[in-house]
Amino acid sequence: MNRIDATFARLRAAGRAGLIPYITAGDPSGGATAPLMRALAAAGADVIELGVPFSDPMADGPVIQRASERALARGVGLKQVLEMVAAFRKEDSATPVVLMGYANPIESMGLARFADRAREAGVDGAIVVDYPPEEASEFAASMAERAIATVFLLAPTTPTSRIMAVARLARGYVYYVSLKGVTGAAHLDTTDVIAKLAEIRKHVALPIGVGFGIRDAAGAQAIAAHADAVVIGSRIIQEIEGGTPEEASARAGAWLATIRNAVDTVTKRAA
Amino acid sequence: MQMYDLPDARGHFGPYGGVFVAETLIRALDELREQYARFRSDPDFIAEFDDELEHYVGRPSPIYHARRWSGILGGAQLYFKREDLNHTGAHKINNCIGQALLAKRLGKPRIIAETGAGQHGVAAATVAARFGMQCVVYMGSEDIKRQAQNVFRMKLLGAEVVPVESGSRTLKDALNEAMRDWVTNVENTFYIIGTVAGPHPYPMMVRDFQSVIGKECLWQMPKMIGRQPDVIIACVGGGSNAMGIFYPYLAHEDIRLVGVEAAGEGIATGRHSASLGAGRPGVLHGNRTYLLQNEDGQILETHSVSAGLDYPGVGPEHAWLKDLGRAEYVSITDELALKAFGECCRIEGIIPALESAHALAYAAQIAPTLPREKVLLVNLSGRGDKDMNTVAERTGMKL
Repeated sequence: MNRIDATFARLRAAGRAGLIPYITAGDPSGGATAPLMRALAAAGADVIELGVPFSDPMADGPVIQRASERALARGVGLKQVLEMVAAFRKEDSATPVVLMGYANPIESMGLARFADRAREAGVDGAIVVDYPPEEASEFAASMAERAIATVFLLAPTTPTSRIMAVARLARGYVYYVSLKGVTGAAHLDTTDVIAKLAEIRKHVALPIGVGFGIRDAAGAQAIAAHADAVVIGSRIIQEIEGGTPEEASARAGAWLATIRNAVDTVTKRAA
Repeated sequence: MQMYDLPDARGHFGPYGGVFVAETLIRALDELREQYARFRSDPDFIAEFDDELEHYVGRPSPIYHARRWSGILGGAQLYFKREDLNHTGAHKINNCIGQALLAKRLGKPRIIAETGAGQHGVAAATVAARFGMQCVVYMGSEDIKRQAQNVFRMKLLGAEVVPVESGSRTLKDALNEAMRDWVTNVENTFYIIGTVAGPHPYPMMVRDFQSVIGKECLWQMPKMIGRQPDVIIACVGGGSNAMGIFYPYLAHEDIRLVGVEAAGEGIATGRHSASLGAGRPGVLHGNRTYLLQNEDGQILETHSVSAGLDYPGVGPEHAWLKDLGRAEYVSITDELALKAFGECCRIEGIIPALESAHALAYAAQIAPTLPREKVLLVNLSGRGDKDMNTVAERTGMKL
């Protein structure tokens, strides 16, 4: 069993909701990423989503755009991100790592070459924001051959027929984008999310992570009561931005720990 | 060439095109595709589009025989398709009318657009005013500085111009920001993309609306000279004016189609916008096409004296026509484009857009090598009023 499936099986058995922090690789520095990942794992991260910097991050809000620009300015690209994962894997062989980014850096490296290198580095899954299922069959197959999960997004605007199409191709978990907007937006409506999750569960057996717009303990708790995992990105990057690069791991870890505690007070209803 | 019936149902031109966007936008694109499929053959829609083109845009645009310049060049004859005479001064309006009519039928009261030099932004603001819609135009803050007049124009027309501060602060970033707006306001907003790029159905839809250019040439040329031209030449940034004039001629296999990209300061300097000539395939802004990118797959900043060609990608249908060999793609430097700009002003009394001057420069380059009875049809896609500051600066004049 791969690390993602094992993690969700363990969470399910314990009746807990998972916590999935996102950080952009290479921000605040290339060397900071592996220690940051370790700090997040120590603070209770169940899965870590690691953003691959891209020059044109169409689906990201200003916070992740800034992080991406800072990383690019330091020359961090897909190749370096894979090296960071390999560095993290030397210290942590249990926490699943999911890369999140855009298609072009992967196509530029080549699908098969990327899949090989990702497996060697210890990557467990990949979310490619601009690969909807219609354009992702070759990619998903290439990842599946290396036992790497292709994680797909579902949105408030996704109709039932597409939920079923995604269910056929998705592995690991599915990522429900909780609002119509970009990452880090501020208009999350929990009631809408809960209703849509119920619909998605009719067709998707995989665990469901929910992200985009979750920024505090209350929001995380509200989602954790219904989802299998809570994904938080922009808010963690703001925490990192709020201090010096040296403080990044300590600040991100301390903040995530408060969310972990909050999420753990919630008994998950859906099983 | 076998029967050309592209794109396929999911928007592919061979390996290019497609729908590479975040999940949230898929439903809006599906809806657009279905509605466009319905309206593109709807007689009422077509009649209203034609009526707007005739009475608001001023179509058909004439074809002009540039006799003096042809004589001076001493070879093939130059003919210009005068898109510069359209309302708002360029071909961009053809597409904006089509998409605004579609927005109206889809019940979307708010339109958004991206713009580089401001020409598409002005055209979008114009149709928004014409049809009583709210309009927001995204424009890189670098471009806003360079194109103050067009920013003022858009504001006069009632549009809100939003400066984009991310990335390189130019056209590609404006497109990213427009996509972000669309993903957030997808229920009430129609995104008018200005060129034959973006996710399906945009490349097809923009091509269809712009193909009025080539369709007119198909009947105008025989009326003027008794036959079709030998070569058709158009500049290519995203490629909408070129697709518009090429598309109706694709089946005329004996007619050469030549797209002219911006070589900027020279391809070897790296400061250019020749995606087809110097790029390689990748995925950006919703489609797969030739892109200027570094070895890590990051999109490069581009350069051209003409802001309208200053884009790191190109419409996916051009990528496919290049691979098929049906169209040829060449490039012209800033210097040669400026030279052709000056010659067109002085010899023909026409001030062309710097974008169109690239196509003119290539025509002027090959005309002397061809016999006098050969006919080169150049798409004069826009007029150069907007370029006064740029040209004055480049030639050391103060306005």
